[in-house]
Amino acid sequence: MSDHSYVLQGTTGDWEIVVGMEVHAQVASRSKLFSGSATEYGAEPNTQVSLVDAAMPGMLPVINAYCVEQAVRTGLGLNAQINKYSRFDRKNYFYPDLPQGYQISQFQYPIVGEGEIECERDDGSLFTVGIERLHLEQDAGKSIHDLDPNATYVDLNRSGVALMEIVSRPHIRTPDEAAAYMKTLRTIVRYLGTCGGDMEKGQMRADVNVSICRPGQYEKFRADGDFKHLGTRCEIKNVNSMRFIQQAIEYEARRQIDLVEEGGTVQQQTRLFDANKGVTRSMRSKEEAHDYRYFPCPDLLPLEIPQARIDEIKAELPELPADKRKRFVNELGLSEYDASVLAADKDRADYFEVVAAGHDAKIAANWVNNELFGRLNKEDLGITESPVSADQLGKLVDLISTDVISGKIAKDVFEILWDEGGDPAEIVEKRGLKQVTDTGAIESVVDQLISDNPDQVASIEKNPRALGWFVGQVMKAMQGKANPKAVNDILRQKLGL
Amino acid sequence: MTDFLTLSLAEITARLKAREISATEVATVALDAAEASQGALNAFTAFDRSRTLAMAKASDDRLAKGAGGLLEGAPIAVKDLFAVEGVPTTACSHILDGFKPPYESTVTSKLWAEGGVFLGKTNMDEFAMGSSNETSYYGNVINPWRAKGSEAKLTPGGSSGGSAAAVAAHLCYGATGTDTGGSIRQPAAFTGTVGVKATYGRASRWGAVAFASSLDHPGPFAKTVKDAAILMQAMSGHDPKESTSLPLDVPDFVAAAAASVKGKRIGVPKEYRMDGMPAEIETLWQQGVDWLKAAGCEIVDVSLPHTKYALPTYYIINPAEASSNLARYDGMRYGLRVEGQDLTETYEKTRGEGFGHEVQRRILMGTYVLSAGYYDAYYLKALKVRRRILEDFDQAFAQCDALLTPSTPSAAFELGSKSADPISMYLNDIFTVTANIAGVPAMSVPAGLDASGLPLGLQVITPALDEATMFSVGAALEDAAGFSHKPEKWW
Repeated sequence: MSDHSYVLQGTTGDWEIVVGMEVHAQVASRSKLFSGSATEYGAEPNTQVSLVDAAMPGMLPVINAYCVEQAVRTGLGLNAQINKYSRFDRKNYFYPDLPQGYQISQFQYPIVGEGEIECERDDGSLFTVGIERLHLEQDAGKSIHDLDPNATYVDLNRSGVALMEIVSRPHIRTPDEAAAYMKTLRTIVRYLGTCGGDMEKGQMRADVNVSICRPGQYEKFRADGDFKHLGTRCEIKNVNSMRFIQQAIEYEARRQIDLVEEGGTVQQQTRLFDANKGVTRSMRSKEEAHDYRYFPCPDLLPLEIPQARIDEIKAELPELPADKRKRFVNELGLSEYDASVLAADKDRADYFEVVAAGHDAKIAANWVNNELFGRLNKEDLGITESPVSADQLGKLVDLISTDVISGKIAKDVFEILWDEGGDPAEIVEKRGLKQVTDTGAIESVVDQLISDNPDQVASIEKNPRALGWFVGQVMKAMQGKANPKAVNDILRQKLGL
Repeated sequence: MTDFLTLSLAEITARLKAREISATEVATVALDAAEASQGALNAFTAFDRSRTLAMAKASDDRLAKGAGGLLEGAPIAVKDLFAVEGVPTTACSHILDGFKPPYESTVTSKLWAEGGVFLGKTNMDEFAMGSSNETSYYGNVINPWRAKGSEAKLTPGGSSGGSAAAVAAHLCYGATGTDTGGSIRQPAAFTGTVGVKATYGRASRWGAVAFASSLDHPGPFAKTVKDAAILMQAMSGHDPKESTSLPLDVPDFVAAAAASVKGKRIGVPKEYRMDGMPAEIETLWQQGVDWLKAAGCEIVDVSLPHTKYALPTYYIINPAEASSNLARYDGMRYGLRVEGQDLTETYEKTRGEGFGHEVQRRILMGTYVLSAGYYDAYYLKALKVRRRILEDFDQAFAQCDALLTPSTPSAAFELGSKSADPISMYLNDIFTVTANIAGVPAMSVPAGLDASGLPLGLQVITPALDEATMFSVGAALEDAAGFSHKPEKWW
């Protein structure tokens, strides 16, 4: 922990921060949690609204079983306990974008209980964050305040869309860790196919709880679980990007420290992050907090999931990123770094696995991570938009690993594949790019080079590293098609190195 | 030639089927009678003559082909709580002014699917909150019954007062109601009609304006037990649009209404013998016991020890759910909207003007009992008592097949006599709320008249899903009572 500690200097001494997060993840489902309306993003306002979503008199909710299974799947991906009994409650408050006047949520009995996930910091080190719970709830509609100076417009397309609220334990200690936690969650739900994870489309957003404490206090909290060791928290609502999460925490931590050091006390309150100014502002204090009057929703029966169904879902779960990373290292022999980069995104990992299937995995990883990603980034393309297919790249990897072409030539072939497509072997054949492994041909070039450059030969006896110059010259003479290993071997032998 | 309006549902559908009379003629006469009664009884809130006649014509077409359902051609009135597509559906509240639903409730859909003809929407207490029909935004309904030698206006009971009055006055052959704490059975008792609510979940709540979801039971008003069985049969069945709907086939209620009660064990719960209960009620109850004994039933004394907590429990759960269910009436999407300076004021004005006093009282009570710091003491406690009341029924039904109790503690009272005192109004439901709390079937059967010539009812309660026994016991009481009194027409 000490290696990654985040210590803020104050005028009265050092401070640390403690962060817990509530992440709202939109369930990937074609229809809403309690109605058959579509959930597609970007539809015209109020075109995906059923009688239930608009809370017409006498309308009743019916649970979408697929959303329930998505929540179970997510819970399993968070290594969490699945509650065979859960219940929906009504959270009552008034707002024009909440047609029923209540949100159907799960308050007392969530569908998923305790779990934990392993997250990775930027430096590759790992930390664990406890999950307190995951519950299902419906989203509200959207209020649009800026269309008219005197009126607010309401779009109910989101009204009733299924959300999973994933509540973490306060196990996050730095702004970077908060972002890393969010990234890990996103990777997991994307792997599971339970949430699109697109923060720009509002598919994931976070409420971030921040408090400050003196060094040593957090460890006491972890030892006995008593929140009295920690400071009073403030909740920053609806933060919708990784960068904003970090900025909001940094600002909020400093604000609390300054406040306390000036003799004030932190009041429990809900705050908003103003991304333009980079500050958090008070939204409402504890006294102004809503009394949501939660009570069991009488329109819905308790949710009971048979163990057999949970087991079935578990058996169908895809391999998760942490397991995939381990497999890439242990079975495919990749470096921790390569494995981690590849496993961080399901599409990338899937692409890589095709490239590596039956081919040299290390070369495959190297090519996917460096050449391909580099080129995709340059063109601002996603992996699924790659002009070079995984199958093509796999064949290219084969040509490299069997010494048919050198790595350098392979880059040229890659460019051809990118621009024109085609079969790598055919390209190599047709364009005469095959690498020369005929030692006789290499030897004659080397002999010629040695006799033409007596000065260089003399200097290499003093400085064996100058060998590179000879390699370069041979390659140049042979248009890069010579097998680099053969060139090296022959040069060393002839130069007596 | 309006005699046929006094026929029962079973009788008129038989005549319609025999083509002795046309559905169009029946509908026309019923509509005229219903419209003519409005000035005196105020039982209806909306008619749609062209729809009624179109439905009657369609019935005639089916009847001509020898086809038709259980209710084919019979005009049925609909409590204003049920959505009827394109017809004003307001729950008799100002806040739903002008609301015409673009959908049809499940219960009414089922009635029309069985050939029922929509006659009109009936008046009711606002959002079904009341026991006298006096909280309706459209004015109270007047009971067709009058005390002997008196012209005093009596309540038809509530909340389904309009439906009860419409059936009692022979303006229709049946009507829908909803019973949340007695809102079918109490008005049935006050109007000499049969009122039924089946097991919770038997008839769908979809498309009926929600009052207290866990207590709301749709059900029929009818002239006879057999008619009630037919109507209950028609409106029951699993509805995938309602999560609490029973996913079960509907038993043959009509056959049950004709079944013998010989050997049935009838429980008489001692806790229903209340202090200050009028002697007439006591006498009628004993009469009912004797009738059933004579019909071959065995009488068992049973105990429902938590009965005294039923009304307080009901008045916590009911307003709690109502306060949340009525949150959607915010002036934003439909119904009344009274503009204010800002959002909060718009809410306040809309809800302040849109809801009547009783509705506001329930919302306040409900909000209070669900509030932080009070939830455990009120709402949670009420849920625990609810569990005890359920257990009371389980234990009682281990000893008997049906319970017999009075339906109400009195006959119909004068309008205005209780409206200033909510508690005395709430006490009207003293015998009926337990069945809502437990979700078990219950019905009121007209059993006699009090000294002033006003009808009184007896209540039959049976275990969950056993409507069959309820209908057979109800029919046995009906047979024995031979109740053939009709209100003298003064309207």
